[in-house]
Amino acid sequence: MQLLTLMVVLLLLTTFGYRLGRSRALASASGNPRLLHSLPSYHGYYVALWCGLPALFVIIGWLMLEPAILHGTVMSALPADLQSLPEERLALVYNEVRNVARHGHVPSNAAVGEAAQHYTSLRTTMFFSVAVASLAVAVAALAFAHRRIHTNLRARNRVEAAVKVFLVAASTVAIFTTIGIVLSLLFESLRFFQTVSLFDFLFGTQWSPQMAIRADQVGSSGAFGAVPLFAGTLLISGIAMLVAVPLGLLSAIYMSEYAAPKFRSVVKPLLEVLAGIPTVVYGFFAALTVAPFIRDMGAHVGLSVASESALAAGLVMGIMIIPFVSSLSDDVITAVPQSLREGSYGLGATKSETIRQVVIPAALPGIVGGVLLAASRAIGETMIVVMAAGLAANLTANPLEAVTTVTTQIVTLLVGDQEFDSPKTLAAFALGLVLFTVTLALNVVALHIVNKYREKYD
Amino acid sequence: MVEKAIAVTPAQAAASRLKQRYAAERRFKALGISAIVLALGFLALLLITILSNGLTAFVQTNIRVDVTLDAETLGVDPVKPSADALAAANYGQVIKNAMYKAFPTVESRPERRQLAALVSSGADVGLRKMLVANPSLLGSTQSVWLVADDDVDMAMKGHITRTAGAEGSRLTDAQLGWLDALEKKGDVAKKFNTALFTVGDSREPEQAGLWGAVVGSFFSLSITLLVCFPLGVATAVYLEEFAPKNRWTDLIEVNINNLAAVPSVVFGLLGLAIFLNFFGFPRSAPLVGGLVLALISLPTIIIAGRAAMKAVPPSIREAALGLGASKLQMVTDHVLPLSMPGILTGTILGMAHALGETAPLLMIGMVAFIVDIPASPLDPSAVLPVQVYLWADSPERAFVERTSAAIMVLLFFLGMMNVVAILLRKKFERRW
Repeated sequence: MQLLTLMVVLLLLTTFGYRLGRSRALASASGNPRLLHSLPSYHGYYVALWCGLPALFVIIGWLMLEPAILHGTVMSALPADLQSLPEERLALVYNEVRNVARHGHVPSNAAVGEAAQHYTSLRTTMFFSVAVASLAVAVAALAFAHRRIHTNLRARNRVEAAVKVFLVAASTVAIFTTIGIVLSLLFESLRFFQTVSLFDFLFGTQWSPQMAIRADQVGSSGAFGAVPLFAGTLLISGIAMLVAVPLGLLSAIYMSEYAAPKFRSVVKPLLEVLAGIPTVVYGFFAALTVAPFIRDMGAHVGLSVASESALAAGLVMGIMIIPFVSSLSDDVITAVPQSLREGSYGLGATKSETIRQVVIPAALPGIVGGVLLAASRAIGETMIVVMAAGLAANLTANPLEAVTTVTTQIVTLLVGDQEFDSPKTLAAFALGLVLFTVTLALNVVALHIVNKYREKYD
Repeated sequence: MVEKAIAVTPAQAAASRLKQRYAAERRFKALGISAIVLALGFLALLLITILSNGLTAFVQTNIRVDVTLDAETLGVDPVKPSADALAAANYGQVIKNAMYKAFPTVESRPERRQLAALVSSGADVGLRKMLVANPSLLGSTQSVWLVADDDVDMAMKGHITRTAGAEGSRLTDAQLGWLDALEKKGDVAKKFNTALFTVGDSREPEQAGLWGAVVGSFFSLSITLLVCFPLGVATAVYLEEFAPKNRWTDLIEVNINNLAAVPSVVFGLLGLAIFLNFFGFPRSAPLVGGLVLALISLPTIIIAGRAAMKAVPPSIREAALGLGASKLQMVTDHVLPLSMPGILTGTILGMAHALGETAPLLMIGMVAFIVDIPASPLDPSAVLPVQVYLWADSPERAFVERTSAAIMVLLFFLGMMNVVAILLRKKFERRW
């Protein structure tokens, strides 16, 4: 709340700087804006930027440093008997201090209460010094910029340079995100592979991460064989593709080749709705309706179907990715030149023969690319399998049994209590790394195929 | 005989082949139609399932009881009760007494406990609100509608058969008997379920509401919008208008396309490792959720923004430059305003997607059970899709209908956002 006030004050100061810069520019040109190098408003922006940016950097810098400084000072002021506690206990104590200080919890002992008071007073002092410092910086910079304003100041160029820096910085966020993903996955995975060997992880057939939670259990490394997860993921995604590819492809063909524009304009958005429904809704649908239905049907014909069968999860996932397949195939089918179709009609082929023997072969690379993209979507899909697939790592190819998937395990390993050093939580990052690599590879291959095809007709 | 076989002329053979080919044509076409019908049928089935399960959650069974607001039972000063004492008074006992009075024949303790269990354990909240708002009611007897227990609610709505020991039923014969008696007197009625829209989560289905999740979703999406709209538009402007054609630009573009296809759960791992463990942001907070969602929707907004800017004809740019505008002035005064409808449409669709995103939020601890309504983006909170997930996991039958209701609320918000996006496109779309 205090921070918000500070920001508002800074914003007001910046607005004031804008007005000041503008009026000073006009005054220096004795009221005739034509004498200025830049428009008066650019002079205003110039002063405002000088006023706001340095102060903002001060505040951001403090926000980054604050937790570390608070932690260091408060912990070093703790009584000796508390300081001699082991690392994890100390972290708990600090957590309690913070909760007491920030949320008004009742301290469990006097030392914590004292530390909390220390924390609060330190925080308030620091905040006020930072507030004063940032406002001082703002005012000083404002005065500096204000003095520099005269008719020849290239205010527009300066402001535009600042904006361009922002544009370039914004465009690197995507790169930093990728780097962040790769680094965080790699680091945690490396820590995981210090306890479990890479070979055991990739080729082991036994997955039971719960066993490793007990620290005294040395021989638990064999429980991190991820093959059942890979197999389960492939099984469920395979079922999904079996549903989505025929349905998606056929509807794309019908919509691009047969349907009247009116039909198309109604049905296409309706199909897109399937892609817009949140996956958690599909998960609920699969668990509540589809899975029991399949189990009952199985019971009717005398098959024993698990209530969390791979078939149910795969089926619902397939429905979800129909629009991905159909809209991507639709695009490539529409992109097939009309002359190819007309050539085929001219030779006496019927419409379906044209589609099957001319259009589809011509569009095949694009369709394959679309299918690969859909497959990567299916592999990475999480909520449906979390809610409708099982947790037991069965190594089976029977779609009526319960299997588990990579994404399900990532979620189950990380939801709930977390001790960040146990192989159990680190395993999630190793699984995430595998998932990221596989989907990335699929996407690169798919985009490559699609692009290569596109060059042929342009 | 031989002559007859020869009698089939090539024209006749072609004609019969043609028949087959036309039949194949019809079959192919029917296949296409049936694929569409099947896909849309699934959609209809999904929506109908949700609707039929969830509609009843918008009403809640209430029981009318004559409650005596007796100062002694409440444990407050009968003459001048302080506001604090009224807020902390023992309303549960008052309600229990009222139930006993309604069925004076019930005397044994276990039976009395069963009788009191007909009313929700959270029914005292409404009573407290009433008395705190109007302390003069103290000592009087009021006829009040109290929220019924979820088992009673399920039985009244017909989701559970009204016989003791039926599947899923936890009501005893005695309880069902009292319920019948109350119903005969007209003291049982279904009223609009206000709790669903006013309170946070609860372990008791009849007291569980969505408001906490709605507020949490609102905070998260606000953060997402604040972060990803400026960044996304800036990136789109840079790539479309300023970026030189070089390897660095190519790298950025490839990156954005790949990020758009990274599974969202991986973004959750990123949020866990970077935002929570490295920067030490609070767990379960909409702030972190919003940041993660911003990273997820950034590629969508960039791609939509670039497409919208590409659609602005070069002549406009050239005219602006020809009149002496700088490149940035050309962008801010002409390209951006003209492409804004497209950018906004893309942004709204990206936000709609972010609203339905669940998996990455599970990673950063937004699955915690949180009763309080979050007051700021730093407070722990749930969001709508996670609330759906949490309720779907709860075993009580009453949570099935509430999950469906939560889904309906979620779909309603999504639908509204999509309608706004479509209207925006329809109204401002320009063909050059």
